[in-house]
Amino acid sequence: MDLSSISPELLLASLMVAATPILLAAVGELIVERAGVLNLGVEGMMITGAICGFAVTIESGSPTLGFVAAAAGGAGLSLLFALLTQFALANQVASGLALTLFGLGLSALLGQGYVGLKPPLMADIHIPGLSDIPYLGTVLFTHDPMVYFGLLLVAAVWWFLNRTRGGLVLRAVGENHAAAHALGYKVVRIRVLAIMFGGACAGLGGAYISLIRVPQWTEGMTAGAGWIALALVVFASWKPGRVLLGAYLFGGVTVLQLNLQAAGIAIPVEYLSMSPYLITILVLVIMSADRSRAPGSLGRIFHASG
Amino acid sequence: MSAPLLDIQGLTKAYPGVVANDTVSFAIGEGEIHALLGENGAGKSTLVKMIYGLVKPDSGTMTLRGAPYTPAEPRAARAAGVAMVFQHFSLFEALNVAENIALGMENPPAMRDLADRIKQVSEEYGLPLDPYRLVGDLSAGERQRVEIIRCLLQEPKLLIMDEPTSVLTPQEVEILFETLRKLRAEGTSILYISHKLEEIRALCDAATILRLGKNVGTCVPRDTTAREMAELMVGSALHTPKSAGAEMGDVVLEVTGLSLPAPSQFGTALKEVNLSLRKGEVLGIGGVAGNGQDELLAALSGETRVARDAVKMNGHPIGHLGPQARRRIGILSAPEERLGHAAAPDMSLTENALLTGAVRKRLVSKGFLNWGRARAFAEEVIEAFDVRTPGPGNAARSLSGGNLQKFVIGREVLQDPIVLVVNQPTWGVDASAAAAIRQALLDLAAKGVGVIVISQDLDELMEVADHFAALNEGRLTGVRPTQGLTVEEIGLMMGGAHDMEVAHVEG
Repeated sequence: MDLSSISPELLLASLMVAATPILLAAVGELIVERAGVLNLGVEGMMITGAICGFAVTIESGSPTLGFVAAAAGGAGLSLLFALLTQFALANQVASGLALTLFGLGLSALLGQGYVGLKPPLMADIHIPGLSDIPYLGTVLFTHDPMVYFGLLLVAAVWWFLNRTRGGLVLRAVGENHAAAHALGYKVVRIRVLAIMFGGACAGLGGAYISLIRVPQWTEGMTAGAGWIALALVVFASWKPGRVLLGAYLFGGVTVLQLNLQAAGIAIPVEYLSMSPYLITILVLVIMSADRSRAPGSLGRIFHASG
Repeated sequence: MSAPLLDIQGLTKAYPGVVANDTVSFAIGEGEIHALLGENGAGKSTLVKMIYGLVKPDSGTMTLRGAPYTPAEPRAARAAGVAMVFQHFSLFEALNVAENIALGMENPPAMRDLADRIKQVSEEYGLPLDPYRLVGDLSAGERQRVEIIRCLLQEPKLLIMDEPTSVLTPQEVEILFETLRKLRAEGTSILYISHKLEEIRALCDAATILRLGKNVGTCVPRDTTAREMAELMVGSALHTPKSAGAEMGDVVLEVTGLSLPAPSQFGTALKEVNLSLRKGEVLGIGGVAGNGQDELLAALSGETRVARDAVKMNGHPIGHLGPQARRRIGILSAPEERLGHAAAPDMSLTENALLTGAVRKRLVSKGFLNWGRARAFAEEVIEAFDVRTPGPGNAARSLSGGNLQKFVIGREVLQDPIVLVVNQPTWGVDASAAAAIRQALLDLAAKGVGVIVISQDLDELMEVADHFAALNEGRLTGVRPTQGLTVEEIGLMMGGAHDMEVAHVEG
């Protein structure tokens, strides 16, 4: 066992990379759930985004275009969910599960010609001055643009929810859709937009795995990240700041346990592998013991009658 | 009077199978408090929803200050100067007062300015409110203030109020009326929907009465007796429940020192509740909603088990017994929430009859259900309480609120209880059906049954109860004879209005 082989600098830097896919997907789902919709199809939208982004990057040679396509793919798939739940008034849990299964199948079909290829990489941002700061520069300022995009997105979502009228209306719709309707707000329209935002974010998260984290295409490569994102939203009490904390915690423990495995620590690999899930959930459960609760209309079907 | 503010001509709205409003015409004058009266299902709410733009009329016209008025949505209605205080459904518990108010405004100012204006307007009208408190933490009366202030900030020409007093103590009602009179003096017209006739007589300048979707008459409430108005509403002479005045017997149920922690975050803890109930007595328990009514009913029905000695029947401790065991010895109950608590919404009336009647009507033998007897029992309830339904095979959900209420009360009454506990027995039931339910309770008492009626309708308690007590934050006041009790004394017993009194004096 050789713990000295673990470099704290690289550990912290790779933590941010490991956390980004879940962070993106969870922030999207947070908006969806704050609008009162429970979309369990995050995993399906992520994997669809992963293949859409991968394919477009290979074909066009531009990772940026790939991420745009990933967002569009995720949003497109989520539109199917919106159609089922908001217009056909289907059960949200069943529709979400179906969306995940459908997304996994669809992505496998789309990805058949792309197995084993290597996509062009997105260049890391090098900020003169900042990136050269010893230690901090390596940890914070030598990442690809999507890492910073994820952080900005969390801040933007927090600001939107707490500081803007649009955010207030969105929370109101999620809290009590009948009352929001009585006040004249377009419940269905707001929810469809929220679902599409969630789909786009999940798509970005998926593409981050296939384009940057791994980077290549294999079937089912999101490997449950969508479910982690879903759990994160709940245990983060539907608060953007806590989603960020949870995602970084999860990413951190994941990276740490991989390093520990590599260093040959005398703990069975299975325990190490399960540790990110256990620790993240434990910490967030303890934190969510305050009075915050789920949006009042979460998962309930809205039908404007009378 | 000058030209009316809102003139409604021939408004009609039909839903599949029922005409909710049939060529309704009336006018609301400038600076007038206009009452809209009618039983449940008379079409009051459809009518105001059309005025507020939530529902589009099939035909008919509305004219607001001489200009055609066809609001496509509530936003348009608000822009035209029409505001509405809802009976329920319109507040967000997880948001604070200022956020709730901002949601009801077209162009709300920045939060800090809005909070200042809320403070200022609320004090001006004697309805103090803290803009930063969560609505989930407010009492029913305070929540209504939020709705009223939300409307007032838009300086409406017409304010629609849907049954505003159903959740208030008498003192709070008086304060609300002061506010409404002040608004009228400033030139705001008010459309006031209620079925409390005495309130309408005290407050309103004119009244329009709806029956089965039609305008059946207009009157000046001050010059019309409550009885005349009620008969216009019902369309026939009204039957007033009468007690047979039986002698009260021995104490049948005794509760001593009953304390219970709050069952949930929004529940109320019961604190040292004492009461005793005699055979043939009707004990009325008043109080504003959320002061422990549900918790008391649960403790009496056995839904919440309590200390052995806290509840005694005929001297035997029964506090530890569950609902079925208590039903076996004759303590029956009907909780307030009809769908989901008193009745299982998706089960048929026969199945619902079986759920509570199994023990006392012997609808189960050796673990097997006796469907024949269950159906016969359900039919007996439907027959005896005039429940309007095609048959006992229909789901509980398909019945209107009032009809289902008749069913859940009738189901208990016909099981020969020894003690019957009901919560809000006539909630949402129209005048004639309410009278029938009250009569049934009085008839039970005349046969020597001890009856506890928990209700927020004081008129109802005054009508049926021999004794009165009030719940206030989980404490039960002393029990007093109903006869000779004044409204002021009841209000003090209910004790909900201290903070409003202060504002009243300042204002």
